[in-house]
Amino acid sequence: MTPDQCKYSSEHEWVYLDDDGVGLVGISQHAADSLGDVVFVDLPIVGDSMTQFGKMGEIESVKAFSELFSPVGGEVVEVNNILNDAPDLVNESPYEKGWMIKIKLNDASELDNLMTMSEYDNFVIQSEGN
Amino acid sequence: MSFEGPLKRTSLFESHLDSGGRLIDFAGWEMPVQYSGILGEVSKVRQSSGIFDVSHMGRLELSGRDAELLLNRVLSVDISAVDVGKAKYNVICDDQGGIIDDCIVYRKCDRFLLIPNASNRETVLDWLFGNMRDGADVEISDISDSTVMIAVQGPLSVDILSKHTTTDLTRLRPFSAVDAEAFGVEVFIARTGYTGEDGFEIIASSSYGPLIWKTLENSGASPCGLGARDVLRLEAGLLLHGSDMDLSVNPYEAGLDNFVSNDRPEYVAGESLALIRQEGIARRIVGLLIDGRSVARHGCFILHEGEKIGEISSGGPSPTLKQNIAMAYIPVALSEPGTKLGVDIRGKMTQAKVVELPFYKRVRL
Repeated sequence: MTPDQCKYSSEHEWVYLDDDGVGLVGISQHAADSLGDVVFVDLPIVGDSMTQFGKMGEIESVKAFSELFSPVGGEVVEVNNILNDAPDLVNESPYEKGWMIKIKLNDASELDNLMTMSEYDNFVIQSEGN
Repeated sequence: MSFEGPLKRTSLFESHLDSGGRLIDFAGWEMPVQYSGILGEVSKVRQSSGIFDVSHMGRLELSGRDAELLLNRVLSVDISAVDVGKAKYNVICDDQGGIIDDCIVYRKCDRFLLIPNASNRETVLDWLFGNMRDGADVEISDISDSTVMIAVQGPLSVDILSKHTTTDLTRLRPFSAVDAEAFGVEVFIARTGYTGEDGFEIIASSSYGPLIWKTLENSGASPCGLGARDVLRLEAGLLLHGSDMDLSVNPYEAGLDNFVSNDRPEYVAGESLALIRQEGIARRIVGLLIDGRSVARHGCFILHEGEKIGEISSGGPSPTLKQNIAMAYIPVALSEPGTKLGVDIRGKMTQAKVVELPFYKRVRL
């Protein structure tokens, strides 16, 4: 998986859909860089139900607190518990070791509500201009 | 607070970009919040050495026959008891005893140097002029823009800085300062800082800023931003004006009793502070160790038996203690170390324990 194969929300989460209809979810490099050193990630538990753009969890860096929003709806089937002891993986490897949850999607057409990487990159540039 | 117009830049602006700094708006200044990362920078300062651009802070020189009189009128300390080459931490209070700013004042042979916070520079200047008697022989010159101020902090700072000056820095005591030649130029070196570590603050003509910065960086001092500075000062129990104190707080509530010299009729806040001392205070600042991983920050409420009893003034993760810490104003009756209190972090309740400040104290050799 590479960042250009993911789709992005305006809240800076990404989702990568695998062949089994399971979405891998994390936050973008831009979001990780903006937060700075992450010290705590509070994630849902397996079995929790997510709605698209609904609250998924919380993230704390040294400087800031931020809410996490699920880019897609569905059931949480796996959580990256390694982040409990190593929240810094979100900074080091936001698309790989720093992934957050896996979701069994309810409706794959929700991906159409998200941005491609190039659309997201433009979105970031535009929001920084303001 | 909002600021009009473009952000101000220090003479080290280009240096920050070269060193990989991420710049943010801080009190109207474009300043580096971090370079490599806040946690790494904190650890560098605790274990070796870090450099900080603190040029956004004010540098006010006071000279003239009546400068000492003016300072004794506005500062919480007796400046007459401060020897040449010495520095003193103090608070500037209004006539009600509220804290306008906290500053370090240095006594040089022919003048005084006062260092107000960046956002209070104008207010302190106004306060100084407002308290000057008609016909007083005092000249106040604001040298903030023509000078650079770089802090070198951490246990290895003395070795690193010593490589670039012939002045014997091992003989420079804490809260002392000298005019010296360093980096091939004239500088003012003070053994002061805001991190809880041994270290120095260097003031020089702003044109020398980039040279001094680069030389220190190449000698092993790591560039550190305002993010690390805030963590370091919180761990060291050092207050930040605007967060931990302001006009609504008096020095006794802020735990700064040791920085108020009493019985000085010339001090504008003297009468109010004497009254406060006599009546006693109802609340005071304390340190809190906070349970759990959610970070309690400025503004979180402190609870006791379900009642809101205070508020966090500064809080954050402490990488050195590996625990979340905070400072808060709470009733004196509940301020005994060991007291358990509740903290409301965005609706989630957790527990905190009152501790003595500072949270972190370096081991002195």
